[in-house]
Amino acid sequence: MNLRARFLLPGRVWMALFFAAPLAIVCGYSFLTRGDYGGVEQPWTVENFTRLADPIYLGILWRSLWMALLATALCALLGFPLALFIARAGQRKNLWLQLVLLPFWTSFLVRTYAWLFILRDTGLVNTVLMRLHVISSPLPLLYNGGAVLLGLVYNFLPFFVLPMYATLERLDPALMEASADLGARPMTTLCRVIVPVSAPGIVAGSVLVFIPCLGAYLTPDLLGGGKTVMLGNLVQNQFTTARDWPFGSAASLALMLASALLLAALMRSRFAKELM
Amino acid sequence: MPIVLELRSVLKEFPGHRAVDNISLQLERGGFYSLLGPSGCGKTTTLRMIGGFEQPDAGEVVLNGAIVNGLKPFQRDVSTVFQSYALFPHLTALGNVEFGLRERKIADRAARARRALDLVQLSGKSDRTPAELSGGEKQRVALARSLVLEPQILLLDEPLAALDPKLRKEMRGELKAMQRKTGITFLFVTHDQEEALSMSDRVAVMNQGRIEQFGTPEEVYLRPMTRFVAGFLGAINWFGKTGVRPESTRLAREKPDGVPCIPGAVESSLFFGNRVHVHSRLEDGGRAVAELTLEQNHFAEGEVVWIHWKHADELRFE
Repeated sequence: MNLRARFLLPGRVWMALFFAAPLAIVCGYSFLTRGDYGGVEQPWTVENFTRLADPIYLGILWRSLWMALLATALCALLGFPLALFIARAGQRKNLWLQLVLLPFWTSFLVRTYAWLFILRDTGLVNTVLMRLHVISSPLPLLYNGGAVLLGLVYNFLPFFVLPMYATLERLDPALMEASADLGARPMTTLCRVIVPVSAPGIVAGSVLVFIPCLGAYLTPDLLGGGKTVMLGNLVQNQFTTARDWPFGSAASLALMLASALLLAALMRSRFAKELM
Repeated sequence: MPIVLELRSVLKEFPGHRAVDNISLQLERGGFYSLLGPSGCGKTTTLRMIGGFEQPDAGEVVLNGAIVNGLKPFQRDVSTVFQSYALFPHLTALGNVEFGLRERKIADRAARARRALDLVQLSGKSDRTPAELSGGEKQRVALARSLVLEPQILLLDEPLAALDPKLRKEMRGELKAMQRKTGITFLFVTHDQEEALSMSDRVAVMNQGRIEQFGTPEEVYLRPMTRFVAGFLGAINWFGKTGVRPESTRLAREKPDGVPCIPGAVESSLFFGNRVHVHSRLEDGGRAVAELTLEQNHFAEGEVVWIHWKHADELRFE
């Protein structure tokens, strides 16, 4: 065994045990039949996949794609100016970057619960607005699509900001100067130079937000209150409440396939080099 | 010729040092001018103040009779060719050249951009992106991108520095020809005295934020007004307070009559093909170089010689 193989061995074992093997099990389950008390039984079938074409499940798939797309667009709209600001903050750069990363110091779960306390009927926002007599009854801020979207954007914004920052930080300042020199006002320079030149960063950040959003289950579960079901919730439900492991496996494979197709499309595009 | 650009007592300070120290300069329309000096002499800062990328702390930048101090780069009718070229990587050569025309809402911009690419002899490569162009070609695109706007003055920030030496020499002639053809005023920043001398109508020699001398290439080379100018524009031998260029320095075995001379011993000679540099050591420990033709050089190492020159070739400073 040469040195290279020796160094790769731990990684290979890890990936085999905790990625390849479980994935193989999921694949296997997805072609089996549901057991009476959970678990799986013979015979082999493709019915789990044909069931996914049911309008209910297609609706969930469609909603997941839509929510992930909206969350990505919002992250891009909020994250791009923020990343640009940080990239130009000079000596304060590191401070702002630390602040962007600060939420990661607490658990994802705790941060999402915190939103419950802010948004619920007796939460911070409604209490303040009622005390100020802006509203007379609490606004329905929680348990709807908007709350889920808020949670997704809040949680995944740093995943957009970091690659975006890395791209903008490397941007040659002379390009902006050249643009101004040729007569472009700052807004024109932004649209015609900064955005197109940093497109690979926008794509990288968008992928990093879109894929986890597509499979999100905790955020829609807690902030959507079970009313905004996304693919992640469907999978979780099948494995727990519904005790339909084969269908849950099929649904999670569909989710993986959707993500993989998207990534494959991007890898073939002209941004591939920048992403690798 | 009318004055196109005037600097009036322009001063720029950065934390810890004065980059540009009270510079005044007048450029006539249609000339080829150079700012020449060592790195850190303030020449690039001066150029950036004319381009609008830096604001002077005192003094006035006057373009066509109007003070432009507060104007942003996009409000000034000047254009810069950057040292790194700063081509837009997402646009083709043609797209780069059209960029400024689009901002100016010019109708026949494609045709004008193509003419500009013709001028720099790149018409065959208009669809290439900067990544597909060589260094020299990028340089030409950057030139075309600025020239197509027909600016009042074209600022060139060491544009030849990134090219290989052979190409750099070729581009000198081309730049000068382009300037003559377009009639646009060029202000060329460089630390290379050969570049400045060979291309310019007038050279401003800068040192430590000041202009030491502003004159024609012949004036600054043959009649330098300060020791710095004399030393920066070419090699110089010092015989006490008298400076003599190597090409005016001669060697002889016998003591010559009627001309200033000083004894020395030949240390080494360096062969350059069409000329030889003979290095001698003086009695006071100083050194002198004589630039000789091959016929003039018949001196051996260690030989005692008389180093002599003509009074007319002496450079004297206070």
